[in-house]
Amino acid sequence: MRFVKPKNALEGLSKQPPALNEAMEEAIVTCDKCKKTLAADEQENELYVCPYCRRHFRINARQRIDMISDAETFIEFDEDLAPVNILGFPGYEDKLRSARLQSAERDCVVCGKCEIEGHKTAIFVMEPGFMMGSMGAVAGEKITRTFERALADGMPVVGYAVSGGARMQEGIVSLMQMAKTSGAVKRHSDAGNLFICVLTDPTTGGVTASFAMEADIILAEPYALIGFAGPRVIEQTIRKKLPAGFQRAEFMLEHGFIDNVVDRKRQKKYLSQLLRIHSGTHRKEEP
Amino acid sequence: MTAYETVAAARAKGRPTALDLINGIFSDFMEMHGDRRFADDKAVVTGVAYLGSLPVTVVGIEKGHSIKERTTRNFGSVHPEGYRKALRQMLLAEKFGRPVVCLVDTAGAYCGIGAEERGQGQAIAENLMEMMTLKTPVISVIIGEGGSGGALALAVADEVWMLENSIYSVISPEGCASILWKDAAKAQEASECLKLTAGDLLQLKIIEKVIPESESLAENLRTELISAVGVLCDMEKDELVEKRYSRFRAIGAY
Repeated sequence: MRFVKPKNALEGLSKQPPALNEAMEEAIVTCDKCKKTLAADEQENELYVCPYCRRHFRINARQRIDMISDAETFIEFDEDLAPVNILGFPGYEDKLRSARLQSAERDCVVCGKCEIEGHKTAIFVMEPGFMMGSMGAVAGEKITRTFERALADGMPVVGYAVSGGARMQEGIVSLMQMAKTSGAVKRHSDAGNLFICVLTDPTTGGVTASFAMEADIILAEPYALIGFAGPRVIEQTIRKKLPAGFQRAEFMLEHGFIDNVVDRKRQKKYLSQLLRIHSGTHRKEEP
Repeated sequence: MTAYETVAAARAKGRPTALDLINGIFSDFMEMHGDRRFADDKAVVTGVAYLGSLPVTVVGIEKGHSIKERTTRNFGSVHPEGYRKALRQMLLAEKFGRPVVCLVDTAGAYCGIGAEERGQGQAIAENLMEMMTLKTPVISVIIGEGGSGGALALAVADEVWMLENSIYSVISPEGCASILWKDAAKAQEASECLKLTAGDLLQLKIIEKVIPESESLAENLRTELISAVGVLCDMEKDELVEKRYSRFRAIGAY
């Protein structure tokens, strides 16, 4: 993709009357890392990556599926599974309602199969707009089914993780999803199938401590927060400020817990190359 | 007893720790140290012992009694090397055909700089994956606090039991209250909502058994373990692993 330097939407707007402020706010976005602004309508061209500092903004599951799958190859599974208030947790129904409105999804993961540059792949993509990707019974069940289906069909799995951790409102049932998904990953793996997981900002808690860290190949988006405990909890526990860059993708790479940091723009190509080299077929021509 | 009173009882000083129970339940316990990668995490006690006449592998999270012991044991908060040490012993158990008994008592996996640098999430994840297909019987008993992923990392088992006054939860009631209601003082309310007592979890079919806390706790546990391990040892290995998968597969299934 051609690099397009976005126009600074604030240029020429500074003398506008204050009445335009609201419209201005909608027309521009400010990068939370470098604080520079860019035009909202140019974000899509940039795949929601800050052109100045390469900060990768959060995007929703459907956008990711569009970015990595070949056109019109995605077939969704289990889209009807919707969460229930298993423990009768107060306020959970309201939270679910607003999460559903905010994300237009029934829960925090979209699963299915697709082709990535022609490679048939099972995929699951987590949705940050739905309770920040917190894993409850629906996510656990859908991800488990994704691995079970991929095992039956001998297909690789590509997963995109984004999660604040387990879903508190489902209590112990959400905790058990860590074991359940891990079991499904293990079976898929023991049969010789490939699992690639891409960790995006943020991947923490129960998701980090289960399938996200169980992949054969673990990739991450630049600067994504990846860890078990969240930085605030750690700071409260040790009563110290954490060093800059702690738990970021680059830190995880340095400490040996991920295979590579891959820009969003390179991901489709990168994934398809990995899928090809694991597909068991020889390269057509000598290099 | 309210849920919050159970939380207090599960955390109470003077409660039998893993080592107390290990000494009461098993004979000839020989402790084995270290994860062969980084260090020996003293929050986790592992080794071999006899359960009645049967050789077993024992893994326990130890909190300690005195302040000095508790500091040495990091108050039962496990680092990644502790989970890796436990896994090493469990893989040896599989190799030598010994059943595994885990005694779980932790407020949670330790959160700190070193724990993150050494892959706390990865260590827990690896245990979940490996325990799921471990070809030897595994029984885990929550003996005090069963704190989230840090407890689950030693509780992917064929049967999970809880002592009468123990708790098992995805998050501490204080943590839950402060995140949901921005008020850690609402921990009592959160304790009720989280359904973390042994009775609740038996009803939700998360655990198989509640062990009453009587004077003869260790003896009772020995009797119960001998009988349950005996049944599991009679099963074919593949059947055992299949059943363990189904056990967790059924939780929150649609």
